[in-house]
Amino acid sequence: MIKAQVYAGGRGKAGGIKQASSPEEAGKAAASLLGSRLVTHQTGAEGVPVEQVLVEEAVNTERELYLGIVIDSSRRLPVIMASEAGGMDIEEIALKSPEKIIKTWVDPAAGFQPFQGRQIAYGLNLQPELVKPAGELVGNLFRLFKTLDCSLVEINPLVVTMDKRLLALDAKVNFDDNALFRHPEIAAMNDKGQVDPLEVRAQDFGIKNYIKMEGDIGCMVNGAGLAMSVLDLLTLCGGKPANFLDIGTANNTERVVNAFRLFNSDPAVKAILVNIFGGMARVDVIARGIVEAYSQMDIRIPTVVRLAGTNVQEGECILEESGLKIIRAYGMQEAAEKAVAAVKNR
Amino acid sequence: MSILIDEKTRLLVQGITGGEGSFHAQRCMEYGTKIVGGTSPGKGGTVHLGVPVFNTVDRAVKETGADTSMIFVPAPFAADAILESADAGLSLVVCITEFIPTADMVTVLRYLSGGKTRLIGPNCPGLISPGKSKVGLMAGDIHKPGRVGVVSRSGTLTYEVVSQLTALDIGQSTCVGIGGDPIPGSTFAEILMLFEQDTETDVVVLIGEIGGTLEQDAAETIKNNMSKPVVAFVAGNTAPPGRRMGHAGAIISGAAGTAGEKIRALREGGAVIVENPARIGRSVAEALAKGSK
Repeated sequence: MIKAQVYAGGRGKAGGIKQASSPEEAGKAAASLLGSRLVTHQTGAEGVPVEQVLVEEAVNTERELYLGIVIDSSRRLPVIMASEAGGMDIEEIALKSPEKIIKTWVDPAAGFQPFQGRQIAYGLNLQPELVKPAGELVGNLFRLFKTLDCSLVEINPLVVTMDKRLLALDAKVNFDDNALFRHPEIAAMNDKGQVDPLEVRAQDFGIKNYIKMEGDIGCMVNGAGLAMSVLDLLTLCGGKPANFLDIGTANNTERVVNAFRLFNSDPAVKAILVNIFGGMARVDVIARGIVEAYSQMDIRIPTVVRLAGTNVQEGECILEESGLKIIRAYGMQEAAEKAVAAVKNR
Repeated sequence: MSILIDEKTRLLVQGITGGEGSFHAQRCMEYGTKIVGGTSPGKGGTVHLGVPVFNTVDRAVKETGADTSMIFVPAPFAADAILESADAGLSLVVCITEFIPTADMVTVLRYLSGGKTRLIGPNCPGLISPGKSKVGLMAGDIHKPGRVGVVSRSGTLTYEVVSQLTALDIGQSTCVGIGGDPIPGSTFAEILMLFEQDTETDVVVLIGEIGGTLEQDAAETIKNNMSKPVVAFVAGNTAPPGRRMGHAGAIISGAAGTAGEKIRALREGGAVIVENPARIGRSVAEALAKGSK
């Protein structure tokens, strides 16, 4: 089996997994995958680059099972989930017959208990001799989830081989970004080749929350909720956002300058919309950042700025005194309309 | 009245000597919040911003009679700070800190469940009862005392909504930011019930966003337990689809995380849905004029 190693699932249906019966065939399969971009239902339309493949023995399987661990936000606990219907269509099964998914929740005070392993093993209708090893496997998987602060651990498929062994044929592990400070060895494994280059640039600039979109209005907003509503509003006003960007709460001008650097280096951006409502973030710092951005680079795209909140007077003064040709707005509707107009009038 | 905090609230600031803690503690004091002390391990016995600093919350509570705390402790130590304030018997803990590991919050929420401490946040702007007390980061002057309750997952979007209300001369009873984390200390449903019971709140504004199922739970509460009108906006209708790996997220929540699903649930629950985020204030004005749900 030759398997594309990318940051996405759904590879089988997308042609990212190939079978070969000779070394030559394996070579050909690997060559066809390496250097290509794989588009699955979990990637965007642009897909992700295939730079590595995993070559492994094809196994004759008797059954394909599913086993996963994630945080269940409604119960506020990690949930271990398993299903007899492993393989490619697990999401559909969860939607159509949720009763076929076995679930057990782990209490952080008590920790994982052996009965939970049995619950999963018997729930999967495993043959008696596999119940104990399956229970241990589930316990070990939970230990991995907990020790490494994962947000997801998934074995799909977990197979029972013809010779009655349990074998993980594929696995996915996601890590909680907030806990990476505890796991520098995991942080070092991040493969930047799997992420959009502009997003990598944003990360290097200290902008954690940037997602590239299809439109032409570069948006800089503070707070994810406000940033999303600005995108919603722009769309209602007939505009197309070029990105989602939450500048966060860092009170330094450098990050603002870097956001402008991102917009200025993105040929798709035809106008910039800055909508800041200061709270933790101080409006004067943002304003100073905008002025610095204009002094450090040649910005020819129209910029619409709307400021409100903590230290707004100081911020307004800074923009006023800079003499920069910035389009001012005093409400989010006005700001969105002016940004849309700025693109149209270019 | 108001919910959770008022002019009698006695506030302790955990991390009062840090940069953000200090800045915002001062802003809260200027607004009129009764800050009775702060904590900063190693700086006990000193005075900061005119109030005593203690090494432990336990000591601070015994000396000052604090009943509420506001946490500005850095993320790696924030879960410990929440547990410390719950252990000291505070009735309300407001955790401003963002980027706390989810696993830490699982443990914290398990510890808090069934206890007497209510947690607001983490990763939140805090809360304000205009004219009475401010325990958070919001600019006080955009608010105005009145009879509209606000509950939101987003910080800055709440400021936006509040400023729309105030511009229309509509005051607020209490504005609560429950925070943007996947597992918040207090849910929409819980805060909605507090507003339902508050005799000085007439209408509630709910500001949701994509992800999770908090809005669906809120819709159930609105349908079954609320007589007061709820005006709701859900951010993220046009958000780019998040990238993901694996299937577990979809198995546990299905399509529930989308704005469309949340709006559908809230509408069915009886909430007034606002499509345009710049028109939330106007919709509240209409709901107030109309009266009951």
